[in-house]
Amino acid sequence: MSTPDLHEPGEACVACPSRFSQLRKLGLRIEESDYVVALAGNPNTGKTTVFNALTGLRMHTGNWPGKTISRAEGGFSYENKRFKLVDLPGTYSLLSASPDEEVARTFLLFGQPDVTVIVVDATCMERNLNLVLQVLQITRRAVLCLNLMDEARANGIEIDTRNLARDLGIPVVPCAARSGQGIPELIREISLMAARSDAPSPRRLPLEIPGLRLALDCVEADLHETFPRLPQPRWVALRLLEGDREIMQAVRSGDIGALAEPVGAQFTS
Amino acid sequence: MMKSPEDVLKQAAELRWQLPQNLHDRIAESIHGEAARIAGRSVTRSAGNRRLAWQQRLDRILTNPWTAFPIMVAVLGVILWLTIVGANVPSSMLATLLVDQGHALLTEWFVAAGAPAWVKGLLVDGMYLATAWVIAVMLPPMAIFFPCFTLLEDFGFLPRVAFNLDRIFQKAGAHGKQALTMAMGLGCNAAGVVATRIIDSPRERLIAIITNNFSLCNGRWPTQILMASVFIGSLAPKGWGGSIAALSVLVVALLGFGFALLTSWLLARTVLRGEATSFSLELPPYRPPNFWKTLYTSLIDRTLIVLWRAVVFALPAGAVIWLCANIPVGDASFAAWFVQLTDPLAWTMGLTGVILLAYIVAIPANEIVVPTILMFTVLVTGAAGGAGAGVMFEPDTETVRTILTAGGWTTLTAVCLMLFSLCHNPCSTTLYTIYRETRSMKWTAVSAFLPLVMGFVLCAIVAAVWRALN
Repeated sequence: MSTPDLHEPGEACVACPSRFSQLRKLGLRIEESDYVVALAGNPNTGKTTVFNALTGLRMHTGNWPGKTISRAEGGFSYENKRFKLVDLPGTYSLLSASPDEEVARTFLLFGQPDVTVIVVDATCMERNLNLVLQVLQITRRAVLCLNLMDEARANGIEIDTRNLARDLGIPVVPCAARSGQGIPELIREISLMAARSDAPSPRRLPLEIPGLRLALDCVEADLHETFPRLPQPRWVALRLLEGDREIMQAVRSGDIGALAEPVGAQFTS
Repeated sequence: MMKSPEDVLKQAAELRWQLPQNLHDRIAESIHGEAARIAGRSVTRSAGNRRLAWQQRLDRILTNPWTAFPIMVAVLGVILWLTIVGANVPSSMLATLLVDQGHALLTEWFVAAGAPAWVKGLLVDGMYLATAWVIAVMLPPMAIFFPCFTLLEDFGFLPRVAFNLDRIFQKAGAHGKQALTMAMGLGCNAAGVVATRIIDSPRERLIAIITNNFSLCNGRWPTQILMASVFIGSLAPKGWGGSIAALSVLVVALLGFGFALLTSWLLARTVLRGEATSFSLELPPYRPPNFWKTLYTSLIDRTLIVLWRAVVFALPAGAVIWLCANIPVGDASFAAWFVQLTDPLAWTMGLTGVILLAYIVAIPANEIVVPTILMFTVLVTGAAGGAGAGVMFEPDTETVRTILTAGGWTTLTAVCLMLFSLCHNPCSTTLYTIYRETRSMKWTAVSAFLPLVMGFVLCAIVAAVWRALN
């Protein structure tokens, strides 16, 4: 088993423009970070493996959906910037959630990460894209990590990453996190995305349902008035129009306003 | 004027009437449609590949009810056999080194340094000896069991187990993912309880939390393994000891699974009534485990951390044990009094007063049950030479057997201890975790006393039947 030692990149790596040599794995030293990066994705797509590859930590991984049940944090630094990386439990959808999925959903929606890395399983793109599209509704700064490329190749699956990136409007990095392939490119894309001053415009869903756009505008405006600091008012508005009981309860009790607190304050436990 | 949250909700409710009724489905559909279109444009599949065919063939065997159940039992059996047979030699080597020679050496030093008898007793006969025993009893089995289990986990075997057991759990009114949380419980029940977060329905999650205790945790495997090797394996013809011992531990583990189902069924029929919710679980592809990495992770992260926890609990427990056995209350020690008082009660359950006392001392961690029992047996009953003073065991199974037999043990005691070890209150860490996850004293109390009462009743029945037959 020869996984390359990522602390000492080989000659090719040092020479290559990704400047992987500038990566320093910070493990748990994450007190002062410049950027917060979230790892999202369907269950069992290898988020924790990507997390371990980036931070040098050894969180437990397992080949079954649901292995990660609460969020883990770690850090790395690249080109003198410090990144805090948040590993989240896998989730199939932002529309409904079990307690472990809830952790992921709440962080993605209200934790306001600077960059969201969406890890997808290259062997079943279609299902994974469902979540990707949902995440792209709520963030403009996302990077797609096309993980398990080695397995996809072994299964005879070819993916046109340039086409995919154009379609989604976000960078797409093919990876095989288990063996460390693609990790340098992923880090570079994360750092580029974090440093971008203009917001890219990823694909938004057309949502061509009669009356929906108008209704959303209306509820969103109301929400903004009542909870001025609430992130993602449009998403909350959509949930209210759909009659999501949990979200309705959170609005009624005012708890939804508390979700707008800065990242560190409410996720400490 | 600022709108109140109620106003926002009212506004949303009114607008909802103007939207199509199947809004949720239409949104989901539009997302699915878009995902399919994008995937269609970028993904091409070449037809027919050998790898997929191989995986499907394996799945057909591992998920077919006729083959799946024998295979699952066999896999567990093989792991147990490897653990028991493999741990035997290193365990007794560690015991010789730490318990026999280490203890003698320390005693010599303390005597040479002129330390008072109680200081030497508390530190060497109490704290050191308990810790040495914990390491000798726990380290080798854990170093074999954890890596085996993690390799299976990495391979992708666990979701198949959950898939196979789903039907049974559903019949019991519980959730199919309970199989996964029980598998996690085989390592540590506290971890198993936290893992129940993958179950959506609060009712089924509560059932999974309460019954997780029936998965033998790493603190209890050593008790099972030692009892099985010393008392049951020795009944077998020469050369078959290890296999028979493994078989008896396998039976106890399967019994635990049966109790978990039975308890789930009872709870689902009485206090936690409700429909079983459907569940979907992805069967991930089989992946070759990353052998060395897995070995490293499970040895360093799991085994050593678990061992460390055991040592942290064993040190103070050792002191408590020594104090119990040496602080006089009237004309005998506290431990002697306790044992004398509880012996009749324990007898009806096929146990001894020493075992009951050990389980009270071991509430913080099941890991220390075996050392506690051995030390109390020696200190209180004076088996294997002078009580209190001579704390010596020649540490192989034969001597453990001699000590315990001198303490009045029979095969029945061993069987009842194995059952009681399966069926008693969870350790304090697990109870605290249950409280944190449920936020309810009531359910925490239920989780503590339900298995305890079941254990008492079970042991009493077994003891009564056993004695009637003999």
